[in-house]
Amino acid sequence: MYSKGFKPLAAASAVTLSASLILVFFYAPLDADQGFVQKIFYVHVPMAIVALCGFVAGGVMAIRHLRSGDPSWDLRSYVAIHMSIILGLGVLVTGSIWARASWGHWWVWDEPVLVSFLVVFLLYCVYYPLRFSIEDPERQARYSSVFAITAGAFVPLNFVAVRLAEAYTHPRVLSQTGGSLPGEMRLTFLVSLAAMALLFVTLWKLELTAKHAAMELKRLRRRLADRQPAAVA
Amino acid sequence: MPALPLDEAGKYVAGAYVVFLTLIVVYVAIIGAKIARIDREVTELNELLEGEE
Amino acid sequence: MIGTAATILRKDLRIELRTKESVPAMTLFTITVYVLFHFGLDRDSLDGALAAGVLWVTLLLASVIGVSRLYASEREQGGVDALLLAPVDRTALFLAKAGALLLFLVAVELVAVPAFAILLLGPGLGGALPELLAILVLGNVGVAAVGALVGALAAETHARELITPLLLLPLLVPLLISCAQATEPLMRQDQGPEDLGRWLGLLTLYDVVFVLLSVAVFDYLLED
Repeated sequence: MYSKGFKPLAAASAVTLSASLILVFFYAPLDADQGFVQKIFYVHVPMAIVALCGFVAGGVMAIRHLRSGDPSWDLRSYVAIHMSIILGLGVLVTGSIWARASWGHWWVWDEPVLVSFLVVFLLYCVYYPLRFSIEDPERQARYSSVFAITAGAFVPLNFVAVRLAEAYTHPRVLSQTGGSLPGEMRLTFLVSLAAMALLFVTLWKLELTAKHAAMELKRLRRRLADRQPAAVA
Repeated sequence: MPALPLDEAGKYVAGAYVVFLTLIVVYVAIIGAKIARIDREVTELNELLEGEE
Repeated sequence: MIGTAATILRKDLRIELRTKESVPAMTLFTITVYVLFHFGLDRDSLDGALAAGVLWVTLLLASVIGVSRLYASEREQGGVDALLLAPVDRTALFLAKAGALLLFLVAVELVAVPAFAILLLGPGLGGALPELLAILVLGNVGVAAVGALVGALAAETHARELITPLLLLPLLVPLLISCAQATEPLMRQDQGPEDLGRWLGLLTLYDVVFVLLSVAVFDYLLED
């Protein structure tokens, strides 16, 4: 059921995740400005980076799908995007918590990462209604891939535009999101980033396994129905 | 920006990490349960099909 | 290919001239929204960032109407299938649709922009007109390209009217940012362009990316 590399991958994710948690709370020094609140940065920013990469990866897989016509690429693309949307929700929630803790408001417009994410999240939420309102499965996959590619190209453009705009209305020092990190913080951040990336790939493979299993089940049911129409549960 | 005192800040940091870990746990639980259920049904169906052959 | 595109474009323009559906609706819509803003904001005149924002948001919302109707003739008369029987270059179809939307937008703006200047704009338009035209042209190209793509994407779904705005508007955010930021200094009391190059550059990048992307990807839509 599980592909060969899965168990070591899952183990590696668990180990890296634990390592990053230990580093965050016992190794990384307290930030001079923000104090303990800055610790949120180690979960919020890696989630954002991995989610953005997930969206772009979903777009790349969609390109493979369109060029090859192979539906398994569409499945991979769908799962990548699906997970990135969930991560994106996490980015918005943790970002909001950070904003509340740092600046007293549940939302701030002068954090370009957060604002970009809101736009990207709103866009990708349309993926589901678009996908599931097309009935023909081949067409559904094709149109979803077109969306994934368009949205994937949109993500970097949007990020640039929002950042440029915020530089105007809210000039601020970008050091909070990793302009230049002292050594211990940088190590902690990189480990957290690695943990998040490994986690994403593990869960991506996990969900793909589930989807393949579901398809296998459907196939078996159909075979059974072909032989004994009455016996199908 | 003045740093929040540890007890206040702690709530927020804990909140953020709890959100993150909850997402993972819930996700894994849902998918794990789905796989387990499908696994069971697949073995059942396989036995049924073999019984026919 | 250009020939095919021109033929399809001519057909769409002829239909629009006959039925007069999209352009008058879009124009009426923009003016109505200006009135809404007057009451909603409780302001007699706007300037600067507020003016730029109202102008551009209204235009983008109006474009949603245009995009929703863009493939209507194909849908209603089964036209897409007819097009597909003949080996028509999808790129030609995209160029025609984007071209139509572009021309509709220009037609709407010919009325909507002066209307905005009369109804809501505090400082006059005169001094900044050439710069504003440049922004409008580049902005329209972007909206036309993205609109033609989104229209085709949403064409096959039942929930077309719902999906079109939800898909179109987030995609237009970078365009909105560039246009509004570029327009804002033109609408201040002491008007004069500021950093126009930067925003026009971003707009051009956006336009290039989305025109190329749409052309590349359009072949996979409206297929059968």
